[in-house]
Amino acid sequence: MTGAKNQITAWLLLLPAVVLLAAFTHVPAVMTFINSFYSTPRGTRPAKFKGVDQYANMLADPVFLAALKNNAIYAIGTVPAAIGLSLLMALIVNSSIRGKSLLRMSFFLPTVLPMIAVANIWLFFYTPGYGLIDRVLAPFGFAETNWLGDPSTALGSLMVLAVWKEAGFFMIFYLAALQQISPSLSEAASLEGASRWYFFRRVTFPLLMPTTLFVLINAIINSFRLIDHVIVLTRGGPDNASTLLLYYIYQTGFRFWDTGYAAALTMVLLALLAALAFIQFGVLDRKVHYK
Amino acid sequence: MTLTALTDQPVHSRGQSFWRAVELAGCYLLGALWVLPLFYAVWMAFHAAEYEVRFDLFAPLTLGNFVDAWNAAPFARYFLNTFVLITVILASQFVICTLAAYAFARYEFRGKTIVFMLVLLQLMIMPEVLLVENYRTMVKLGVIDTVLAMGLPYMASAFGIFLLRQAFLTVPKELDDAARVEGAGPLGILLKVYVPLSRPIYVAYGLVSVSYHWNNLLWPLVVTNSVSTRPLTVGLQVFASPDQGVQWSIISAAALMTSAPLLIGFLLFQRQFVQSFMRAGIK
Repeated sequence: MTGAKNQITAWLLLLPAVVLLAAFTHVPAVMTFINSFYSTPRGTRPAKFKGVDQYANMLADPVFLAALKNNAIYAIGTVPAAIGLSLLMALIVNSSIRGKSLLRMSFFLPTVLPMIAVANIWLFFYTPGYGLIDRVLAPFGFAETNWLGDPSTALGSLMVLAVWKEAGFFMIFYLAALQQISPSLSEAASLEGASRWYFFRRVTFPLLMPTTLFVLINAIINSFRLIDHVIVLTRGGPDNASTLLLYYIYQTGFRFWDTGYAAALTMVLLALLAALAFIQFGVLDRKVHYK
Repeated sequence: MTLTALTDQPVHSRGQSFWRAVELAGCYLLGALWVLPLFYAVWMAFHAAEYEVRFDLFAPLTLGNFVDAWNAAPFARYFLNTFVLITVILASQFVICTLAAYAFARYEFRGKTIVFMLVLLQLMIMPEVLLVENYRTMVKLGVIDTVLAMGLPYMASAFGIFLLRQAFLTVPKELDDAARVEGAGPLGILLKVYVPLSRPIYVAYGLVSVSYHWNNLLWPLVVTNSVSTRPLTVGLQVFASPDQGVQWSIISAAALMTSAPLLIGFLLFQRQFVQSFMRAGIK
């Protein structure tokens, strides 16, 4: 439909969505960029233009560097693990195994629960000596471990919880994709005597590629976006060993009330997400065809 | 090749059935491992504190932890707050996203592609990423510590617009034209033709959105500071802070209580839940 009247109708239909999206996504993104060049206004002292000072400070800030490093480890650790497990789960649930609806339920349950609720339950599991994990490990001769209080295990503990929480969610996407694959393919392969591993490697996995890429991007976004468990389990500690980028932004903005610096930190996060967006829309979409 | 495959089989069958059994055991073990944390929480919540780490099948069951949790914090109020928040968000999302999706699906206008790309940007940059700036906006609007502050950034959702647009695109153009001939305006066509035909998508989007906002913590944590607005997630966070020294069994009861409506809904309508998430995920 074209014509002036239709143009007006279209824009009227779009108006509420455009106004709200602009107000809470685009304008704040631009404002964050502008504010990152100013100092934080304090009391009667207004914000002053500081150029790239905030960014210079950032490079010399050990907590920021720790957050960036932790987030990289967190993403590299959780994303492939969650994707691998979710694919395995989908294959299990999609097979002819008995009790598959129970298995599907078990895998998917963590997804429905609030992260804040499960994190509080895991807080107990990680309790040194008394918690479930130490109780299970004790008979095997493991010493009491302060999982969340030791810099060498704190981040890993968060990652285990994240994989447990997310794998079932990604399983759903694989399950949907697996159900699109024609069963005649596997019939033909078994007639040809192809092993299941060979069939998976040469047929199933390539056919699932678009799903894998979709899940990959979403998993990476989530690794930068979800910090509920950090708030509950470690609060970034001990000694910033488990702080993530968004958690540090949250701390800077709402614990230290340093909004100028928080703006500069947010710009780093936005740049990372923009790079992801570019990869998804610019590169992958051209190679992978979605329906 | 076919022949060798067939003749090979009997020779390997004993070994194969052994590995098959190992594989099955592995599958069930993974399933058990995944549900274990939840079972453990249920165990703790329904038993007295001395059974937190002592397993006795005949340990007496109790609802005491739930009663204690319920009385220790204003959970009734938190439930109400979450309920209001979700209703407001979902109602606005349905209206706002439906209108926008219709424009993208059936209208040609200048700048359509660019506007659509700008909308999709929100899939990457979710409101909580911009929490510092969005908090400032809420202060300017004077709505800090209100349902509106918690809901506003989510009311126009790129995900919803995209999902509904895809659904509307599959509606036959002839139905649209027929309604137009009968004199229906854009809103009439939308309500009589597009919305009814996309009902499964609304259910799917609704379920995904409700579970997202029921579980959302960070943004409500930032913009609320009183009992009368705090949703369940923030209430639980305040209640279970380590410095409060609450017993584990009571924390488990509170955690289960706050998840209960979603959990029960999921157990009852497992198929619909899974299908909804699938529908929302296939693009």
